[in-house]
Amino acid sequence: MGMAITHSIASGMGGVRTAGDLVGRMQMTRGMKIREAKEYVAGKLRVSVADLSDPVTMAEVRGDLDLGRVRSIPKFSKGIDAKFRIAELLGIEINCVNLFKQRVGRKF
Amino acid sequence: MKKIVTRMGDGYLTDMTESELKKDLENGTMDASAKGKIPSLSEDELRHLYEIFCNPSRFVSVEPGNEIILSFDGGTHKIYRLGVNTGRIHNFQLMERAIGADTMETGHLDYCFKAVKTLIFEEQQELEQALLVTMLPIFYGAMPNLGVYSQPDGPFPNPAELLPQGKIKEARAAQEEAVEMAVRDMVSVATSLYEVGADGINFDTTGAAGDPDFLAALRATRILKEKYPEMCVELGMSSEFVLGMHGELEFEGVRLAGLYPQDQMKLAEKAGVTIFGPAINSVTNKSCAWNVARAVTFVKPCVERGKLPIHANIGMGVGGTPVAEYPPADAVSRASKAMVEITRLDGL
Repeated sequence: MGMAITHSIASGMGGVRTAGDLVGRMQMTRGMKIREAKEYVAGKLRVSVADLSDPVTMAEVRGDLDLGRVRSIPKFSKGIDAKFRIAELLGIEINCVNLFKQRVGRKF
Repeated sequence: MKKIVTRMGDGYLTDMTESELKKDLENGTMDASAKGKIPSLSEDELRHLYEIFCNPSRFVSVEPGNEIILSFDGGTHKIYRLGVNTGRIHNFQLMERAIGADTMETGHLDYCFKAVKTLIFEEQQELEQALLVTMLPIFYGAMPNLGVYSQPDGPFPNPAELLPQGKIKEARAAQEEAVEMAVRDMVSVATSLYEVGADGINFDTTGAAGDPDFLAALRATRILKEKYPEMCVELGMSSEFVLGMHGELEFEGVRLAGLYPQDQMKLAEKAGVTIFGPAINSVTNKSCAWNVARAVTFVKPCVERGKLPIHANIGMGVGGTPVAEYPPADAVSRASKAMVEITRLDGL
């Protein structure tokens, strides 16, 4: 665990504390390099690239767009429902979201 | 004379003079350059590394704006392997909410596809539930681990016993059969996990059993990407050098034995890999400065020459980090910052 924590603080984007999960999804779904992925996500969120790694700004942005945050806040998106919103915002397919839609038999 | 406190590749503390540190950085990059037939680091890059190692702080980090994406191997194992009584779904939530992981990975504790095949239902069940309560992208990961296909653990004659007897043809035949079975297992397990929602599959520590191991991962990737073009496949290596345990295996007409990271990456790209992870082994009797300079030199051409996102392996004993059970943050943070800021890669 010392390894993961050290990298997270030394060089990681911060995951759902910031926009790390969103930038990671662009690498995974579109094969984007880091700069392109950050610019794409910043454009979709209408923030600067520098804002993407700032937990204070991103907490507000994620809250406003209801993309899921570190704290599990009642009545706001979290887990799979946050991923529905992330897929829509980023214009990407998220595998488990698509399977969820199939299971409930609806097209959103 | 000013002494710089640093560590050896086995993690033990040592100190060096400024000139000793500079010499180790130069020797580290020259070692990689000579072995990999790649450019050594420039003077500016060596100066940046020197400043990272001269910084007296316990912990260093990248400059704002240089942050990258973290992917993991055995991510959710790391907590319960400490003896902490948590399950994998708890661990996903801890890594997401407490550690700030950008992505996360899960896998079976045995961490090889052959072992997972027999308990795939339980793996599917837990992954499906984890995906409901998490937001970050999730990989399912394991090693090709061709070693477990050899007797006494597996069905095929053991090449490590045949080779010393001079039975080279038999050893090669056994490895070729193991590749076929490993590919079937990797495709079968990856398919099962992807079909319950995994965001990606991580072929980790690829090449650990040499060129047949690497070939199995490349072939499995190609089959999976033909089946599911949208699937993210991350392929992480085990070493900077593909060992020629067979010696004659090829992929796309390229002999696998002896390939260094920049050529491993090209084949990964051809197979359809989405994210490539070069691994550079640490040498325990050399300093961390030597190891970091060497690792960074090997990774840099992958970033410059490839179209794929590059996530270098910087776990214990790779990427310039020491081989130590409890990784010291001073050494790991220096390796982390150096790898990101010199190579400009996409993730770790």
